[in-house]
Order: sequence, then C-alpha cells, then structure tokens
Amino acid sequence: MRRLKLERLGWIFMRVSGFFLIALIFTHLIVNVMQDGGVHAIDFAFVAGKLANPLWQWFDVTLLWLALIHGTNGMRVVIEDYVYRINLKRFLLGGLAVSTAVLIVLGTLVIFTLDPCPTDAAANLLPSFCTAG
Amino acid sequence: MGELGVVDSFTVTFIVRRFNPETDSEPHWQDFDVEMYSTDRVLDGLHKIKWDQDGSLSFRRSCAHGICGSDAMRINGRNRLACKTLIKDLDISKPVYVEAIKGLPLEKDLIVDMEPFFAAYREVQPFLQTSAKPKKEHLQSVEQRERFDDTTKCILCAACTTSCPVFWTDGQYFGPAAIVAAHRFIFDSRDEEAQVRLDILNSKEGVWRCRTTFNCSEACPRGIEVTKAISEVKQAAIRGVRR
Repeated sequence: MRRLKLERLGWIFMRVSGFFLIALIFTHLIVNVMQDGGVHAIDFAFVAGKLANPLWQWFDVTLLWLALIHGTNGMRVVIEDYVYRINLKRFLLGGLAVSTAVLIVLGTLVIFTLDPCPTDAAANLLPSFCTAG
Repeated sequence: MGELGVVDSFTVTFIVRRFNPETDSEPHWQDFDVEMYSTDRVLDGLHKIKWDQDGSLSFRRSCAHGICGSDAMRINGRNRLACKTLIKDLDISKPVYVEAIKGLPLEKDLIVDMEPFFAAYREVQPFLQTSAKPKKEHLQSVEQRERFDDTTKCILCAACTTSCPVFWTDGQYFGPAAIVAAHRFIFDSRDEEAQVRLDILNSKEGVWRCRTTFNCSEACPRGIEVTKAISEVKQAAIRGVRR
C-alpha cells in the first residue's frame, strides 16, 4: 500500500488547481472586465447583483479557495527553499497559514452572506438601488 | 616548408577563482595568460598554468577524456567538464572564467568536498536488488533495456546536481544525479526494489523539490535528459512503475 505523502499531494494539487484556475480566472476576467461596458461598469450594484446568484457564489468561492491555497502553497515552497533560520521559517510559515485562513474565512463569509440592502440600516448608508424598486 | 597541419596558436586569458584554506578567508580571482591552440581544451590550459606558471593551482582530473567525471567545473558560468570543453567553442576575445562547482563545500581552488553528493547517491540504493537466481544471466529484452538506457550513462561528475538552484539553497535536496541513479534501477525490469527507492524519493527532500528549471539537463556532459528522468520518477511515484 502506498502511503499518503504530503509533498506528493502538494505537487498534484498545484497541477490540478492550476488547470482549473486557468478556466476560472479567464471566465472571471471576461465576465467582470470585458463584457458589458468592461471595467468601468463595475460598481457595488454589479458585485451585489452577481453575488445574489448562487451560481456566481459557488464560482467565486471555488476561485477564492483554489487561488488562495495554490498561492499559499507556492509561498510555502519559496520559504522552504530560501529561509534556513528555523525560527524565522516557523514564523513565516505560521504567518502565512494564519493570513490564508483569515482570508478564506472572510472571503467565504462575504460571498455567502452579503446583503446589499440590510433592512435595519439607515437609509442614507444604503446604495441607491435599494430604494429604487 | 609546407604549412600543412599547422594549428594556429593564440593567447587565452583564464581567470580562475582561487582559494587556499590555509591562508585565505575568502576566495579571490586570479588571471593567467596562456598560449593555446584551437584544438586544446580548458583542461590543457589548466595544465599549462599548473606546470609552467603556478604549481599551487589545484584541481581534480583523472582520465582527462570525459569518462571519469573528475573535472567538472564552472566554465564561464556553466557547469562543464574541463576535458570536454574545447577552446575553439569559447569566445576567447574575452577571458575564460573558471571556478569550482557550486553548492558543495569548497576545499581548495577548483576542488570541492564531494561527500554530500555521494551520500545522496548511496541513499537511493544504486545497485541491482533481485531475488531471482538464474543459472546463467538475467534475461532482458532490447525494449526493457532501452527503457533506462539514458540514465546508465551517468559518470557521477556532479555537474547536474551543482547546477540545480534547489540544491544550492540548503543542500538537503537529493539532487538530480541521485534521482538519475535511482531512475536507472527503478525502470530496470530485473530489479525488485523500485518501490523502496520511490518511497525514499517521495520524502520531503525528494523528487517533489524539483522545479523543472532544466539546469541539470543543460549541464550534463553525457547528454542525459536529466529533467525528463526526474519527471518519469515523479510519474512513477504517483502511478506506480511502468516499465
């Protein structure tokens, strides 16, 4: 039986996630900054509209997780390669893990819980489209 | 008199990185002007320096014909065998820079301590392991032999391992040469311990540290496709050995 090896798992993950990230990132770029007015059309309403759609929620959450873990693993490899002082290495790897965890939790929360028009907020704090309808 | 067969001679400047552990705290560069022929090799230039100009210049060489793997050194920034690098292939309008290979402890001038390199080599068990006891020889088809032919060519000169930027970092990585040696037996149909070697190379300092920069393939004086061999070992570590 072959044992599960973390370095091998990391290597496979980088290739598989890289493959999916190419498709996800280009879809993201085309939809956000090229179609329908391009980058100038992006505003709060555009983002809120997208995140109201479960399809885009799952699309964005997949992109977020894959990109963050892919990037973090790449940074981990750089640290493993070039930082020899063991305490500095532990500090950097720990910082990397914490920052990635925070970003993943915050990003996931935003994607799934964003409410552009909270009912108990003061009217002057809300974007114009909340009162338009 | 006929000038047939006369070879042009010219002056070549060698700039050699010298280090004497007994007197120097840091290596320094020293230049030598040497009269050379276009048919000469860098090794001939080093001989002329050592024999005619400065007997203290230290470097390794044994066979001087590209087989023993003793005289790997960094020539104009590239890992080469001094005995296989012809002067006519270098740009001699500029000085020729010669220094020891990188990533192994420098002992003197162009000599490094090869022990960490050989330690990694020994660790991958580079010898045939089989329980079969045929009355005559172990039989193998031409195709089975062809499978690992490329990696049998290694002469252990360390040009590949000491050209690898991952090996330069902390020297913990097994390095291309050890993986080539493992490849030679992993893909040998007569050998039975491929999985043991794959487990060794599946470790933290094993094949996964390879970044496929191709420095090793470029450096190999035997023309072994080192990066390809490493990739095949990676594939074997994922999918199992396909001989």
